[in-house]
Amino acid sequence: MSSLGKLLVQRIALGLLLLLAVSALIFAGTQILPGDVAQSILGQSATPTALANLREELGLNEPAIVRYFGWLGGVVTGDLGTALSNGQDIGPQIGKRLGNTMFLAACAAVVAVPLAIFLGLVAVRYRNRWPDKVISGLTLASISLPEFFIGYVLIYFFAVKFRWFPSVATVYDSMSFIEKLNSIALPVTVLTLVVLAHMMRMTRAAILNVMQSAYIETAELKGLSAFNVIFKHAFPNAISPIVNVVMLNLAYLVVGIVVVEVIFVYPGMGQYLVDHVAKRDVPVVQACGLIFAGVFIGLNLVADVVAILSNPRLRHPK
Amino acid sequence: MSKELDYLSKRVVSGLMDRRAFMGRAAALGVSASMATGIMAHAASHASPVKGGTLKAGMQGGESTNSLDPATWASDVPLNYGRTWADTLVEVDSNGQVEMRLAESVEASADAKTWNFKIREGVEFHNGKTMTPADVVATLERHSDENSKSGALGIVQGIESMAVDGQNVVLTLTSANADLPYLMADYHLMIQPNGGKDDPTAGIGTGGYKVVENQPGVRHVGERFANYWDGDNRCHANTVELTVINDATARLAALQSGQVHMINRIEPKVVDLVKRVPGVTVQNVAGRGHYVFIMHVNTAPFDNLDLRLALKYAINRQEMVDKILQGYGSVGNDFPINASYPFFSDDIEQRVYDPDKAAFHYKKSGHEGSVLLRTSDVAFPGAVDASQLFEQSAAAAGIQLEIKREPGDGYWSEVWNKQPFSASYWGGRPVQDQMYSTAYLSTADWNDTKFFRDDFDKIIIEARAELDDVKRKELYRAAAVMVRDEGGLILPMFNDFIDATGDKVGGWAADPNGGMMNDKALIKCWLA
Repeated sequence: MSSLGKLLVQRIALGLLLLLAVSALIFAGTQILPGDVAQSILGQSATPTALANLREELGLNEPAIVRYFGWLGGVVTGDLGTALSNGQDIGPQIGKRLGNTMFLAACAAVVAVPLAIFLGLVAVRYRNRWPDKVISGLTLASISLPEFFIGYVLIYFFAVKFRWFPSVATVYDSMSFIEKLNSIALPVTVLTLVVLAHMMRMTRAAILNVMQSAYIETAELKGLSAFNVIFKHAFPNAISPIVNVVMLNLAYLVVGIVVVEVIFVYPGMGQYLVDHVAKRDVPVVQACGLIFAGVFIGLNLVADVVAILSNPRLRHPK
Repeated sequence: MSKELDYLSKRVVSGLMDRRAFMGRAAALGVSASMATGIMAHAASHASPVKGGTLKAGMQGGESTNSLDPATWASDVPLNYGRTWADTLVEVDSNGQVEMRLAESVEASADAKTWNFKIREGVEFHNGKTMTPADVVATLERHSDENSKSGALGIVQGIESMAVDGQNVVLTLTSANADLPYLMADYHLMIQPNGGKDDPTAGIGTGGYKVVENQPGVRHVGERFANYWDGDNRCHANTVELTVINDATARLAALQSGQVHMINRIEPKVVDLVKRVPGVTVQNVAGRGHYVFIMHVNTAPFDNLDLRLALKYAINRQEMVDKILQGYGSVGNDFPINASYPFFSDDIEQRVYDPDKAAFHYKKSGHEGSVLLRTSDVAFPGAVDASQLFEQSAAAAGIQLEIKREPGDGYWSEVWNKQPFSASYWGGRPVQDQMYSTAYLSTADWNDTKFFRDDFDKIIIEARAELDDVKRKELYRAAAVMVRDEGGLILPMFNDFIDATGDKVGGWAADPNGGMMNDKALIKCWLA
């Protein structure tokens, strides 16, 4: 197992290095945005003296490299800095939004991942027969429709016509857990529909690939039921590509859902980021960018590790 | 049919139709007399305030960058919420008159330079302290400090000195201003304990609701303040809730599904569809906001009066109102004032689309080649379409407009007020002086047509001090004609404010000062 431990450490170190590179990219990116931060804070009322004072106060006169390491040092010690637009600490603000985003993403994942894998297994079991075709057809249709369209259709039927679920998915602290679940029912449904097809098709393809192998034939000849063959023999060997796709979709659920947030008025990270980009609130944009990058890299790291663990050839490299 | 009956019964209640006429129209719709009376009684029950409940609004115009500091308010949500927890000295009512709020009365000296506000007694802040004239002075002081970055800085800068005299606040102005009470109605000038100098974002005011939940860009909640001074007339619901819904379709869905009771900013192109939705009432009112194309009169080629006139004649105003506002607005006349303002002169000739005159002035200007017009989605709703209509109507007069579409992000900092010809909008102001002082005086920060004219400045400053209404009206007429004929403003249309309410809302009354009953819908309406 020591070689496995080494592998894990290696992967994590690589992830951190990547994150460092991303942080440099984010910082450089926000520096080359048009417009001066001090100018955009003061807006039309800017006088040259006020501008100079504010630049001094924000440390904008320092060279970029000094500011970069200052910022990085803060981030490493947990200090994300102060928002320029309202002068509040970024950490607690982002914490709340990130919590909301994670809650929505987790709920969607809890529904979508098992459902996608189950549907994938069913599709393999009845491949090229009508259940397979129905499942593939429906999921591909739902991924092909833009998510705002699915959102509006769901709102029209389930919020306006039948009034089963609210169209405004705002969650807040005084709500009970059940109330929160009720309020995010529609966005979770949209997200599920959007990510389902990708994972389902990948599950189907990966397992079908394995199904060609000789040991599957053996299992079948042993007289195992078709579902047992798929679940016990084919699935474990197909897990690595499936996990990869699952992680990509989980990352999407965290970083890519600003449209869904807007339609359902959900107070997540996406809307928060967009508001601050519009106000040229660079520290917040940097912090959000870094968190998104961290989530993306982290989930891919998990996928890598699972792939290694599930594959003896990778687990015991010669 | 039911929608029409609803509409009719509301007209009876608001006094626009008498009972007899209502019964007649109801009979025409095939409703029996007893049923009609019942419907009317139901509508009448909307007329007297009902206490209690949670009144909810879903609004566009809120960002996670919003603050509770009144000095920073610029968008709809913070200032609608602000009205629930704080008060100004005076307000402007729907008839354009000054309404006393935290001030009980106001008097001016004969030269309109010294103003005496008598402050209401026995008004309590949410923190239990009694509001005093000292709090009022401190508030004005805070907003006149450049560091506060207050949106009301331009207003309070004109105050030379302020003093407390017993229960009065005495303001002495640097120059006479007959409109000072209107300026004090500015929504930034919310009276805070010690002027908010200790903590401007505390959210402590004299309003009918206490701040209980403040999540900028998401949701704001207010709970009824037991010791509110004006509880008989305002703040009927127990709780008010304001949810930020920036997506237009989501806003409408929230209203339809009953999650909110009122929403703002219905897009003109969907108004006719919204009207057909059961249980939803469209509330539109002609206001002072206007959509404009602005030329810098000090920059070539727009420093040429004939070119400016050519462009003014080359725009089809009626077509813009019909196609961009879908009829929810009125044509403009190239000066920023309409009939909603006091001292408006309706005898100024309406400028109309005239390709021949446009061609004549264009030829006389000697300009050659195309004229570059910058536009953007954010300039005003439909600005890109409006620019294309302008391009076509100008082409008919032989004037070639080149439309450049600019990104919305950065439009207000990089294009508007910087580039010589662009699309823009103005929200309007309660009085003419404020509108002209904000954007047309030589000294104005936002003189976005670069209109530097001493003779014009003189008229405005003279009108400001003039207490004789007839003379004042004449002065404003002269100013309007000057902007119309010589300025850089092309003003095709004044837009309506279009909001919508659900069927549970009582007490809605149109207010031309702004949308959402001039931001007072939450404190003036009730749940019927």
